[in-house]
Amino acid sequence: MKTSSLQRISAMLLRYFFLLRSSWPRVLEIAYWPTVQMIIWGFTSIHFSSASPGLTAGGILISAVLIWDSLFRSHISYTLSFLEEMWSRNLANLFVSPLRPWELILSLAIISMIRTLIGMLPAALLAIPFFGVSVFEVGLPLLGFFLNLVFTGWAISQAVTGILLRYGLGAESLTWMLPFLLAPFSCIYYPLATLPEWMHSIAGFLSTTYVFEGMRSLILEGKWLPELLWKACFLNTIYFLCGLVVFYVALRAARNRGLLMQSGE
Amino acid sequence: MIASEPVLQVVELSKRFGSVVAVDGLTFSLKSGSIIGLLGGNGAGKTTTLSMILGLLQPTSGAIRAFGHDFIKNRHSVLHRMNFCSPYVDLPQRLSVRENLCVFARLYGVLNIERRISELADSFRLQDLMECPIRRLSSGQKTRVSLAKALINNPEFLLLDEPTASLSPDVSQWIRQRLMEYRDRTGATILFASHDMREVELLCDQVLLMSKGRLVERGSPTELKARAGVESLEEVFLALNGEISQR
Repeated sequence: MKTSSLQRISAMLLRYFFLLRSSWPRVLEIAYWPTVQMIIWGFTSIHFSSASPGLTAGGILISAVLIWDSLFRSHISYTLSFLEEMWSRNLANLFVSPLRPWELILSLAIISMIRTLIGMLPAALLAIPFFGVSVFEVGLPLLGFFLNLVFTGWAISQAVTGILLRYGLGAESLTWMLPFLLAPFSCIYYPLATLPEWMHSIAGFLSTTYVFEGMRSLILEGKWLPELLWKACFLNTIYFLCGLVVFYVALRAARNRGLLMQSGE
Repeated sequence: MIASEPVLQVVELSKRFGSVVAVDGLTFSLKSGSIIGLLGGNGAGKTTTLSMILGLLQPTSGAIRAFGHDFIKNRHSVLHRMNFCSPYVDLPQRLSVRENLCVFARLYGVLNIERRISELADSFRLQDLMECPIRRLSSGQKTRVSLAKALINNPEFLLLDEPTASLSPDVSQWIRQRLMEYRDRTGATILFASHDMREVELLCDQVLLMSKGRLVERGSPTELKARAGVESLEEVFLALNGEISQR
């Protein structure tokens, strides 16, 4: 009864589908936070626009909120699905099954993408009637911005899940903390020039900075700068590989220390 | 696999955690169709040994061959022929019994999933619980579901870590019967870690007795009792432990 990778990945996707189906508040919650964020920032945007129209031109604030949230949602969706295995003490069952670690990673990434879309699409669609802002007007580059941020989210998740394997649920708070560590340097709501000089060098190493600089250039000046997107892609490839290395090194350490049998609450 | 080849061969297997030696130079092999008890007190190294045989724990040294394959280097070539059950590992709590069995059946590549789940539901008296989430089950019911999961792929080699721990005697007896039936029907090999001497005596053809990480005695329950000149495995265990403490 040998299985293919496709069968095993579909088994894991089924497992996460069953989990979502078991609790409608969970499904609602996925869409709830991005929508609430969008509404708060929408009204903030209206308030600012009366004082300084340039600050909110083209729905820049709402677009920035939505695009940033795609990083946060992809990361949280990936990591929470992994945490479900730890909370339910199911990791050992998975690691003694024919499921390979890379298949687990791919399953988590796919379910993360599905959950991110479930979360982001209602918020993005509701922004049109509520505030007259359509993030879809950005056009094809939007897909580039979105995918880059999703990949950044997954890279962080791989590192976090590795740390969770190695240090257990005591490190759970990293799940929520790490994306916000990037936020001040990523220039989500303000241009890079706003940051003090010493922060520029850190911001230059972040793929997110190039995504938001590119987005601002496109929305505010109508200039599409593909080189910014390529820089983000290049950095994301490096992050992703680093994330994989952290995960595999941590898995090896967990296997050496006998942590896979013990993981759980 | 060649018919005469053991299902499992363990050679000089050791595991150290820093300065603590959890398992020390373990060597044994298991032949097809037997139920083997891995017996020992708390901290004897039973769970550590099982974890290494399952690939959850990397040995410090030694070799493990399962179905003729080097298990440490290439466990994925044989994991679909094995399965395990332990009270220290749970199934996803929010999923129903049916959903859990369905997911694991797919992970193990079971061909006719509905039929297999139905067989297990009958065998483990789970029919009325199939739509219940795992979190709502009693510990006895959870054990039955865990065993059903462990048999979902008709494993040729089944590893059980104290599967009847904290269960009432009648449920324990019922589970032992199911395991013996499974072995008789399929010819599977079952490695059974326990510190319940009576249970091992009732169930196992062979016993591996561990103490302080070492294999201190092996043989059938009858052989072990005869060698020690006592009436029960418990007395064998106490006698051996006494000897080891005096050394």
